[in-house]
Amino acid sequence: MMNNLVDVQGLTVVRGGTEVLHDLDFSVAAGEVTGLLGPSGGGKTTLLRALVGVQRITAGSVQVLGEPAGSASLRSRIGYVTQQASVYDDLTVAENLRFFARVLGVGDSRVEETVRLVALGENRDQIVRTLSGGQRSRVSLAVALLGEPRLLVLDEPTVGLDPVLREELWQTFHSLANAGAAVLVSSHVMDEAARCDRLMLMRAGRIIADDTPQRLRERTGTTDIEHAFLALVRAEEAA
Amino acid sequence: MNALLSPRATAAVTTRVLTQLRRDHRTLAMLMVLPVALLALLWWMFDAVPGDGFSRLGPALLALIPFTVMFLVTSVTTLRERTSGTLERLLAMPMGKLDFLMGYAIAFGLVAAVQSALAVGVSLWLFDLTIVGNAWLLMVVAVLDAILGTALGLFVSAFARTEFQAVQFMPALVFPQILLCGLFIARDAMPGALGAVSDVLPLSYGVDAMQGVASSAGAGAVWHDAAVVAAYAVAVLALGALTLRRQSD
Repeated sequence: MMNNLVDVQGLTVVRGGTEVLHDLDFSVAAGEVTGLLGPSGGGKTTLLRALVGVQRITAGSVQVLGEPAGSASLRSRIGYVTQQASVYDDLTVAENLRFFARVLGVGDSRVEETVRLVALGENRDQIVRTLSGGQRSRVSLAVALLGEPRLLVLDEPTVGLDPVLREELWQTFHSLANAGAAVLVSSHVMDEAARCDRLMLMRAGRIIADDTPQRLRERTGTTDIEHAFLALVRAEEAA
Repeated sequence: MNALLSPRATAAVTTRVLTQLRRDHRTLAMLMVLPVALLALLWWMFDAVPGDGFSRLGPALLALIPFTVMFLVTSVTTLRERTSGTLERLLAMPMGKLDFLMGYAIAFGLVAAVQSALAVGVSLWLFDLTIVGNAWLLMVVAVLDAILGTALGLFVSAFARTEFQAVQFMPALVFPQILLCGLFIARDAMPGALGAVSDVLPLSYGVDAMQGVASSAGAGAVWHDAAVVAAYAVAVLALGALTLRRQSD
């Protein structure tokens, strides 16, 4: 049985005349939380956009749930959270969610569930503009969770959140994965890495390592992912 | 497969746009009060002049205002959708491009209907605008003009990066239409080349339709002009659909 939710082969993306992703191959299975780590400008966002199907690709193939990324039938089965909170500033939390719920064709009961899931119950009738940065990104996350997606793609979702909330969100990601979804989270904060089942380290448009956090540390003989990343970069530059 | 138009998604967009507008009290007040205030100004201007200047120019103003106002409101609103990432998010969801466009067109068409009802009502009963045709036709034409403005605003928002740029499209695309619509000089009295340009500009037909209702023109001629405005609105909405991309570089 094939349980890969995502299959990427030879993915190459050229933006503005520069090749930003170089011939990537990987797959993502259902039930795992995968961290995409690496410095800013390394192509993480472009890769996530390609999986969601909003990034035009130059070569290779991206299959999601057995269909080419961006297919119409995938649109209700993928949740995508961009770095910028893509919600309406002049509506309340609940109005935002009700709107997107209607577009997705899910019931209003899902609105209440997702509000609770991202811990915004007390703010549900507050205008989004008046929320803090962290609260706004949680509204955006709630929108992505509305449709109970099989694939959840999150671009730096925990920036600007307090540690307690960050912990809760990681628990949410894991419970979604346990329920059979694939969760892909990008971050440039290495200390979040330990919370992932699997790490893909990305640099300059290439995946330079792809393993569990545990094995990455062992392979490089380091105690944390930051040092493992540095060791891998040096090894690559020396080669 | 998906139907071309989903009433659910279209209604969702319309409701959302109207909710956003309802929140913005200042914009809402200006949308409703400004047309009436401008008509009052026009009426006052002609107050001491013999002849019925207000009835000559008033109908044209009833066409210009919804077109211009909805153009501005829509170009800024949809530009915001493009830059805030909400448009990309919607297009990554099961949202048809037509649903998005129609949702906007219906929302601003409804606003224009209320706006024009006020403006037409005040013109007729307070300022004694004399019209030969049916007052309802004035409103139908005003709503069509508004939808045309909405369509054009949606389209140009694709070519602006900032709200500042979006607003600059008004002198570029709206002012020439106002100059050439026959308000200042009858269209057939213009130099041949300008008359030809005027003949392809949609607002010319909007103003003709309004003046047709006001003067003696038969309903047939009015419907013809109104149909031209509607056809332009549909064509520009289709152009707008081309600017909604599910994928970008």
